[in-house]
Order: sequence, then structure tokens, then C-alpha cells
Amino acid sequence: MVAKKGGNRGEDAEDELKREPLQAILLADSFATKFRPITLERPKVLLPLVNVPMIDYTLAWLESAGVEEVFVFCCAHSKQVIDYLKNSKWFGQPNFAVSTIESHDSISAGDALRLIYERHVINGDFILVTGDTVSNMPLIQALKEHKERRRKDNNAVMTIVIKQSKPSSITNQSRLGTEELFMAIDPGTKQLLYYEDKADDRKGTISLDKGLLMDNASISLHNDKQDCYIDICSPEVLSLFTDNFDYQHLRRHFVKGLLVDDIMGYKIFTHEIHASYAARIDNYRSYDTISKDIIQRWTYPLVPDVQFFGNCASKLERRGMYRASEVGLSRSAQIGPFTVIGNGTSIGSNTEISDSVVGEDCVIGSNVSIEGCYIWNNVTIENGCKLRHAIVCDGVIMKSGAVLEPGAVLSFKVVVGQQFIVPAYSKVSLLQQPVIKDSDEELEYDDNSSGIIGIPSISSTPEKLNDQFGTKLSDSQRRAGSEVGDGGVGFIWSLGEGGHEEEWRHSVAPIPADKLIEIIRTATDELEISNQDGNFLPPSGELEPDSVDNDSDEDARDDYSYFEKEVEATFLRAVHENVKEDHIILEVNALRLSYNLTSTDCASALFYSMMKLASDTPHDTPGELVKNVATVITKWKQLLKDYLSSIDEEIEVILKFEELCLESTKEYTPLFVQVLHLLYDQDVIQEKAILDWASEKEEAEESDKLFLKQAEKFIQWLNEASEEED
Amino acid sequence: MPEVNSLVNEFLIKLKKRKIEGSKATAKLTAEVLRSFISQKRLPHTNQADALIEAVKAVGEELIDANPVELAVGNIVRRVLHIIREEDLSLTTAAVGGLSLSAESDNEDDVDQDDHPVLSATAVAAAARSTLRPPSLQTLLEDMPHSTAVPQTSSSGGDSEGKSKSADKNLKTRKLKHNVIEAVNELIQDISTCHELIAEQAVEHIHQNEVILTLGSSRTVTEFLCAAKEKKRSFRVFVAEGAPRYQGHALAKELAARGLQTTIITDSAVFAMISRVNMVIVGAHAVMANGGVIAPVGMNMVALAAQRHAVPFVVLAGVHKLCPLYPHNPEVLLNELKSPSELLDFGEFSDCLDFGCRSGSPLLHVVNPAFDYVPPNLVSLFITDTGGHNPSYMYRLLADYYSADDLVVRRRSAS
Repeated sequence: MVAKKGGNRGEDAEDELKREPLQAILLADSFATKFRPITLERPKVLLPLVNVPMIDYTLAWLESAGVEEVFVFCCAHSKQVIDYLKNSKWFGQPNFAVSTIESHDSISAGDALRLIYERHVINGDFILVTGDTVSNMPLIQALKEHKERRRKDNNAVMTIVIKQSKPSSITNQSRLGTEELFMAIDPGTKQLLYYEDKADDRKGTISLDKGLLMDNASISLHNDKQDCYIDICSPEVLSLFTDNFDYQHLRRHFVKGLLVDDIMGYKIFTHEIHASYAARIDNYRSYDTISKDIIQRWTYPLVPDVQFFGNCASKLERRGMYRASEVGLSRSAQIGPFTVIGNGTSIGSNTEISDSVVGEDCVIGSNVSIEGCYIWNNVTIENGCKLRHAIVCDGVIMKSGAVLEPGAVLSFKVVVGQQFIVPAYSKVSLLQQPVIKDSDEELEYDDNSSGIIGIPSISSTPEKLNDQFGTKLSDSQRRAGSEVGDGGVGFIWSLGEGGHEEEWRHSVAPIPADKLIEIIRTATDELEISNQDGNFLPPSGELEPDSVDNDSDEDARDDYSYFEKEVEATFLRAVHENVKEDHIILEVNALRLSYNLTSTDCASALFYSMMKLASDTPHDTPGELVKNVATVITKWKQLLKDYLSSIDEEIEVILKFEELCLESTKEYTPLFVQVLHLLYDQDVIQEKAILDWASEKEEAEESDKLFLKQAEKFIQWLNEASEEED
Repeated sequence: MPEVNSLVNEFLIKLKKRKIEGSKATAKLTAEVLRSFISQKRLPHTNQADALIEAVKAVGEELIDANPVELAVGNIVRRVLHIIREEDLSLTTAAVGGLSLSAESDNEDDVDQDDHPVLSATAVAAAARSTLRPPSLQTLLEDMPHSTAVPQTSSSGGDSEGKSKSADKNLKTRKLKHNVIEAVNELIQDISTCHELIAEQAVEHIHQNEVILTLGSSRTVTEFLCAAKEKKRSFRVFVAEGAPRYQGHALAKELAARGLQTTIITDSAVFAMISRVNMVIVGAHAVMANGGVIAPVGMNMVALAAQRHAVPFVVLAGVHKLCPLYPHNPEVLLNELKSPSELLDFGEFSDCLDFGCRSGSPLLHVVNPAFDYVPPNLVSLFITDTGGHNPSYMYRLLADYYSADDLVVRRRSAS
């Protein structure tokens, strides 16, 4: 009876999800380098967030949201991720299948999705998330909306989840440390119309396409929405990635690509969540913010005192302090509010800890002061150390009296020497910083900031990594030691060029007050300047659209000539390879869509290619050329006719022919009338089209009337013929 | 066995993820999981009762740890343990009784000693099973001498068990299991019918033209009020909305739909309205051994207001909510802090939660506790499926449903 009950419940859940197993793709790789140097040794998804690996939050959420099948895509450090999942209990959960897809050469989310598409594992709508997402949102409502939209409009391929979150007015970045995000959303349909996360915030302006305002009755423009990077996708998304092989980044390429490309008409919608929480860890700042959100229980039930998955039980005490059961706490130690202390950690006397997370089996000496730090497992901190707003990875040893200034990051097993002061925002690792200008590869990913290219060589096996440690340490221990103080081991990474400028934006440390003042000052200065600009240069606004228009015109012309060439190539291929007419039509249509042209353009382009073919076929006399034209036209007139649905298009063909005679293929000049007659005989061009063309040309300049004169007789004959009919 | 393990695991995961809400649903599911666990459990030939108790304890410990806030889980585990003990006792005594009857001539002393407890033990077991009957003071007094004799019985029973024929054992194994499952079935039955049994008593408590105040929403309270309405009592109900979850709104809607005069007030208006109220009737999350109540947040305030104006404060609770622990026991987790999003909209306050500015430590804290503790002196009456009880009587009620050995499930199996 119990089993039956369980079965019923399962069916209910399935009912809600339309009886298809709900699938999810979890990208266990962020394809970014923001967490270096830590991610050189361990994948980002396994980094502990409030003492639980990030991927566990994501999986626990997916499981509780009713997802039944998850494909974990592993790339960088794939072995570590797979080993972790194997050792955890995620495999073999009831009603929750987790399987891994491994890749070694994917360098972006786009590559990952293309690979998944090739595997043919996704057979319905799916959830696309990265392994660093923390959320407790229920998916049922969002899924339902997505499916309803899909039923009405097959082009609604994606729903992205957003949440209100105001960006700081001073720094123009969100609380998660990401750039201010601008979104234009149709308030009625919730369709996403514009997405810009790299707006030039210094200027305080964004530019919207005019068409956006023309096509939509109403638009609401938001800068207070946070993108949660949770996407509900239709299977088309995967094929779109495959079709557009240059799509790399989910947002920068895919979303923007779809929004700009209105030919295929794919639409993206948004789903805003209010009560539930969703955020993605993108940089150190969001690591800090989300940790604090978890401690403040916004992510309930994914909080430290709930054993949502395999985490050690800890008890919530007064003032938001979480303490595991086995903590050795000195009586004089002061643990401040919003602090998490992991299992097996011992804390010495007179030590003060506040707003921090301390992992498992750490040894913290006496008179240590820790504020706003993230200390992972097995860390030893000797007496008298001072840590402020830093991340300290597994196995780090801090000798007595060492100091971490705000924003410092100590990677795995670093040893900081006695009394050494690690400067603010510095990153210390046992691995040497890869020299940026060493290889082209590195440069490349630096440009598009979407790479882990350098990683596979390092990450392939942990043993290899250790070997590297070994050799490196012996080689350069002395040098390394000097870098992080007496008896210390590790390299201080130099900040990238211009790095220091931006480092404070994304670090775990709060933004220093002087920086804020500086920003405010520059902002007000700029405001004044821009106001002056506004006064002095009012016409600039008028000039711009013109130039834009010119550009677009040229673009259009360029586009057309490319298009013509493509069509010609297609046509020639068809002639030589005997491709069916239907197929050519398909291909030409596809070209038309991709170049955003009309069917008139197709007709003229096709006609051009035919005439070109005729003239390219060997011939000696004009008579032979006419014969060539006749054979080509007779053979392919059906194809041409397919595009000549109205008189206008036929006129267009005549005009094209005119142009051809004048410019490219002068051979045809004397044969104009003959060919025209031929076209008329073959029913390609109707009488009316020729007459319309003639009357149109009557008003043209004398120089333009060359062909009209040539065709005078023919037109006269046509006129007479039509009169006779009447 | 593997299916049962997966069943237990599934339930564990659901508990851990807080997917099951409400003590009744939790209690029922716990009982069902334990029933299938027991029915699948293979027992050794000797000492099956102990083996079964150990096994159930092991599972029970896991279940309790999975969601320590939901006390109903622990209650049901303890009750199942109690059932096993009782069934074992009655079987043993019955067997000894049968043996002693056949071997009457052999040793009369033994029989004399045993005969008396046999009856008493079965009587106790029967009383425990038929929980519907409220134990009166009389039965209490009657039981007193017997219960002291019970341990003696079990020891002598254990001794004489060795003498009993081995063929009998197999039968007994099945019988113990069978009886236990039967009793657990009754327990499940009790849990599912507790609403009706409580609601039946409604007319005794609600009188014509009275004004009732309640807070939040409780299935038991709804049924109780509606039962009174069906019996043609006309009365009015004030519903305090029960921030932050505002379950009172749903309750008011349902009551109005069923034709009751309903008024919604804010939680903070309770004190202003209490002087017009004849009785406060509320539900509970758990009832502790001292008669204290763990109830939705805001309840203590209502209870204090009721005391100030001498309004009876009545708590409705199914027997599965009776917890044999005291609120000061270390393993009792009195509260659970829920997500702050129930209180305020994250987006509106997101700029206050920007840790990038100032010192980096959050300045805005949001605390959203789920429960309140109402001390026993504020409670006038408990209405359970066995009738109305005074808070000071709770310990006696608990003695009927739980055996003292099981109070601490965790410690025993850990050591």
C-alpha cells in the first residue's frame, strides 16, 4: 500500500510536468578564469560554498525542483568532478538520474552544447544551468509558462529566469559583482527584447535600436534585474548552437544573437521570481555575497543546518552562528554573528571570528582575528594571525603573525611565512602564473574571456599536477619562499595589466571607502562634462542616425553582392551536379533569410547567374550566345518562375538584365531585344511586365533609354498584339 | 529489503529537504514507512522483539535526525517501539499462560506467580491499543499495582520462554510481526481519523452566539469549527491572519465558504479584540511532555492576551503531536528559521544587502522563526482525540503511549 502511494505521488508530479521526464544540463565548467589561481587545481564547481561544494547546491535544487535526469557536462578537471560525483550519493538516487558527459576540448558553453546535441540525449524541454548556481526556486510555474508559450508560438525557444536586484548607484555593478545589466522587456508578453551586460556605464547611456520602439507597443527597460543564469530551453536551442558554430557564450553570443536576428523569429522570454532565490557565482564578489545570503537563510532549505545533501549537521545558534557538533572552542574565543564553524575545527583562546566561514578540521591558534574570511578545510592558522576578507583554500598554513589584507586569495597548500603581510587583492598559489604573452592560445582566450584552454594540460591528472608541484617546489623553493615571507611556499601572482584598477570590483573584500569617494567624484565630474557636451553639441544626435543609415545602405549593397555570388555558386553547383530544383529553391531561400533580402532579389540574382552561365559557356558568335541563353532559360525557367510571383519581380528581372548589359557582360548589349523576346516566348516574363517597364523607362533620362529604343519595335508589336486581342 | 531501504531513503531525503509539511502528514508517512520496514524485516529466532526494537531504533534515529524540528517523526518512532514492546509482552505472557496451564501440576508456585500478571499485561496492551478510550482516573488506579509487576513478568517470562517448545517459536515470530503490524495499522488509522474524533467534541465546547478567535490555519481547527457549525451552532470566528505566511487568509476563505461568520484581523489586533472573544481555539505543532505547546509564531502573544482577559485558551492536537520530551531536553530543537523572503521582497531590499559597500558585514538582518513556545500555564485545555485534558495531565497521557525506555532514541543506539 505504501509503494502504491509512492507511485501515485510520482504520477502526480509527472502530471504537472506533462508526463515527460524533465531533463537538465548542468555545465560543470564556467569557461572563465575569474577564480584563478584556485581553479588551476580544482574545478570551480567543487569549491566549497559555506562548506558544501557548489555543485551540491545546484544538484540538490534540481532534484527538489522535480528534475528527473541531469547531464553533468565536465570539461576542466573532468576527472575530479566525476570522481566527486561517484563518491557522493548523487548516483543512484531514486527518481533522479545523474550522468556525466566528459569533454577535453570544449572551450565554451557553445562547444559544450554542440557536443551534447551530438549525443542526442535531450528529447524535450530542458533546464540549462551551470554548476555554480544556488537557487531554491520552484520550476513548475516557469515550466508551465514556457510550455504554454511554446504551444502558441513555436519560436519561443527559451525562458530565462530573472530576479529583481538593484545595482549600486555608485559603482554601477550589481551586488553580485557583475556589470550593470540592461534589459528591455515587453511588459505584456514578458518577451526579452534587448540584453546588454557590457554597457558603457561610464557614459551612462545605452543605445536601443529604433526598430525596437517601432515594433513594440510598450517596452519596459530595466537595470534592476539580475540574470540568474537559469534557462528553460526548448530542444531547438541545441540545434541553434550547432547551426551557428561561432556561438560561444550563452549570453553574449546566443541571447544577443537571437535578439538581433529577427529573420528566424526566435523569441526569448523572461520569468521573474520574487519569493525564491536564485543567483550564480561568477566572481569572488558573488562568492562572498551568496555565502552571506546562504547564512542569512535566503536560500532555505539549502542552509547549513539543514542536511540537504551529505553535509555535516550543524546547529544554528543565537545571532546566526552555525556550529557543527564537534568543534573545539576555547572558552575565551569570541565567535561573532553570521559565522559558520565546520566539524573538527579547534579554535584557540582570545581568537575573534566574525562574518566568516571556517571549514572542517582547521586548527586556529590563539589571538587570531578573522573577519569576513572564507577558510576552507584543513587550514592551519598559527597564533597572532590577522585575516580580513580573504579566501584561504585547503591545506594552507599561515605561520604566526602573518597578515592577510582584504581581498587576498591563498590557493591550495600555500605556506605564508612568519610576520609576512600578504598585500591586498593579491593571489598566492603554488603554481606559477602562466605567462600571458607566452602563447597565442592564451591571448585568444584573454580576449574573449571564455577559455580554459590552458587548463587541460595542467588538469589532465592530479598525479601529474603533484609531479609538477614536486619539481617546481624543488626548483624554485628558495625564490618562492622569498615571495611569501620566511619559510613560506608559493608565488604571488602579479595582477594583469589594468587588473589592479578593476580588482576591487570583484574581490571578496568590500569596496574601500576611498574608491567609492573617487568614483563619486569622477562620476559628478563626468556628469558636468557631459552636460556641457550636451549644450555645445546638440546636432550630434541628429548626425548620428544619418551616418548609421549610410552604413546600413552600404551594408545592404555589400550584402546583396555577397548574396548574388552565393546564389551564383549555388546555381552553378546545381547545373554541374544535377541538383533538383526543389533543393536549389530551398538553398536560395535559406540564403535569402540569412542575408535578409526579398524574393525579388532572389529572382534577379538567379537570372543573373543564368545569364552568366550562358555567357560563360563557350561561344563564337552572338548567335551562338543567344542559343546558349535559350537552352539555359528553357532548362531552368521553372526555377526562375518560382520567384516571379508578381509583375514587379519580372520588371526587376528586366532591369537587372539592363544593368547586366550595361556593366558586367557587354556581350549582351546588342542582343537585348532577342533575349527579351526569348524570355517572353518562354513565358518567363509576361507582356504586361515589359510594357510596364517600357512606360517606366519613358520618363527616364535619355542615356537610360538606350535599351528602350532597341526594344521599341518589340514593344510596339506587343502593344499592337494586345490591342488586337481587345 | 532493498525496496524498503529505498523507501526509507526516499522518505529521509524528503524529510531532509523539508518537502513534507505538517505534523499529520509526517506522522502518517513515518508510520507507513515503519510498517513496511517491519514487515520486510527478517527476524532471528530468539529475542526477536529486541532485534526488532534495535532495528526500528536505528531507522528511527536516522528519521529523527533528518528533520529534528518535526517532532511528529520522533513521536511515531517511539510509539511504534512502544507497540513492539507491548505486543511482545502480551505474547510472552500469553505463551507463559498457555504453558503454565498445561504444566499446572509441575510447579504450582510458578503458576501462582505468573497468573496474576498475565491478565494485567494483556489488559495493559489492550488498553494501549484501544487508544480511543480515555483512561480515567479509575483505570489509572487500577493499573498501578500491575505496572509495578510488569517488569517482573517480563523477566520471568523470558526465563520460561526457554522452556517453551521450539516449534512454537516459528509461529511466535510470525505472530509478533503480525500483531505489531496490526497495531501499527491501528495507529495509522488513529492518525487519519484524529480530525473527526476531535471535531466530534466541538459541540461540547462551542456554545450558541459565542465568539471564537484563532490564529493561522490548522486543519484540525477548521474541522472543529465546521463540525460545530453543522450541529446548528451559530457563532462568530475571528481569524488572525498569521504573518508571515498568512495562512489565516486561506482559513477565513474556507470558513466563509462553509457559511461561518468570519472576521479577519491582523495579528497585532489580537489584543484589542480579545475582550470580545469567548474562547481561543488554536492548533499546535507539537505538545511537549510538560504541557507546553510548540505552535506557529505569534501564538504566545495570543495566549498572553487571552490570559490577561481570562479567555480560555484551547489547543487542539491529535495524539500524534504529543511529544514525550520536555522542551528543555537538549535534543529538542524548538525552532526553525525559515527564509527571510517570506517577510520581505528580496529585490526591494537588495541594495541594503549589498555587501560590497561599507564594512562588508550585513547590516540588515531578517529573522523568520517558524514557531513559538507557549508555556503550559497559559493553556487552559487540550482537546485530543481521546477527549479534553488539562496541561498537567499530559504526562499521564504520555505514559499510555510511550514507554520510558524509548524516550531517548538517539543516545541508546549511539552508545
